[in-house]
Amino acid sequence: MANRIDNFLGVHAQALTLESRRTQLLAANIANVDTPNYKARDLDFKAALANAAGAEGGALPLRATHGTHLQGNAGAASNDPALLYRVPMAPALDGNTVDEQLEQAAFAENSVRYQATLTLLGGKLRSLMTAITGQ
Amino acid sequence: MSSFKIFDIAGSGMSAQSVRLNTVASNLANADSVSSTPQGVYRARHPVFRANLPAPGDNSSAGVSVAGIAESKAAPETRYDPGNPLADAQGYVYAPSVNVVEEMTDMISASRSYQNNVEVLSTTRDLMLATLKLGQ
Repeated sequence: MANRIDNFLGVHAQALTLESRRTQLLAANIANVDTPNYKARDLDFKAALANAAGAEGGALPLRATHGTHLQGNAGAASNDPALLYRVPMAPALDGNTVDEQLEQAAFAENSVRYQATLTLLGGKLRSLMTAITGQ
Repeated sequence: MSSFKIFDIAGSGMSAQSVRLNTVASNLANADSVSSTPQGVYRARHPVFRANLPAPGDNSSAGVSVAGIAESKAAPETRYDPGNPLADAQGYVYAPSVNVVEEMTDMISASRSYQNNVEVLSTTRDLMLATLKLGQ
């Protein structure tokens, strides 16, 4: 039953998790803006979301030719998106690659995305409630 | 719950920046504290930041901490001031080599970074409160 609700909520539930993860990464970048040798990190949101969405339904199953073969779980990777290093435009002399303005812009964009996802999820849940109560 | 880590990260940033503000205040306050010997003179202090990197394999993000406070190695300034009660036999006093302009810019930079961390904290709090209201 929970699986059906997952299907109903679609990609938004995974998007919310990813956006929360990205908020954390950007918060760490902003906190380390003056740390020598700190390298700014981020994730490729589009690729990570495509990976999470693909792992849910579209992943091809492994072919098991023997009863003891394990079935690979493609969905396991979706909770742990690949972290990338930001390519610095103007690296500092102390080896820090955090661009304060860029991180602030990314943080603002990400929080708007998070709120958009919340709004969409809220709409889905409300329509589910309407269906349940029949009003 | 991974979202709560954001509060730790932004909090560590705020704490590190406030240590930096503290050292700036100390340096500015002691900019004119003269001494009778070159050894006893105040030395400008600056914090050294270090990222709290997670263990390898742990995919969580890093906060920041103060690894230590470094004292400036710049030679003290020698001033000829025979009227000063702290002057040595030759009439010299030794003043710390605190660069006031440098300290002021450091203060502005620290306060901007502090504000950034506060902004992260308050945005995250708003988002989490909105998440709690999901479906209502």
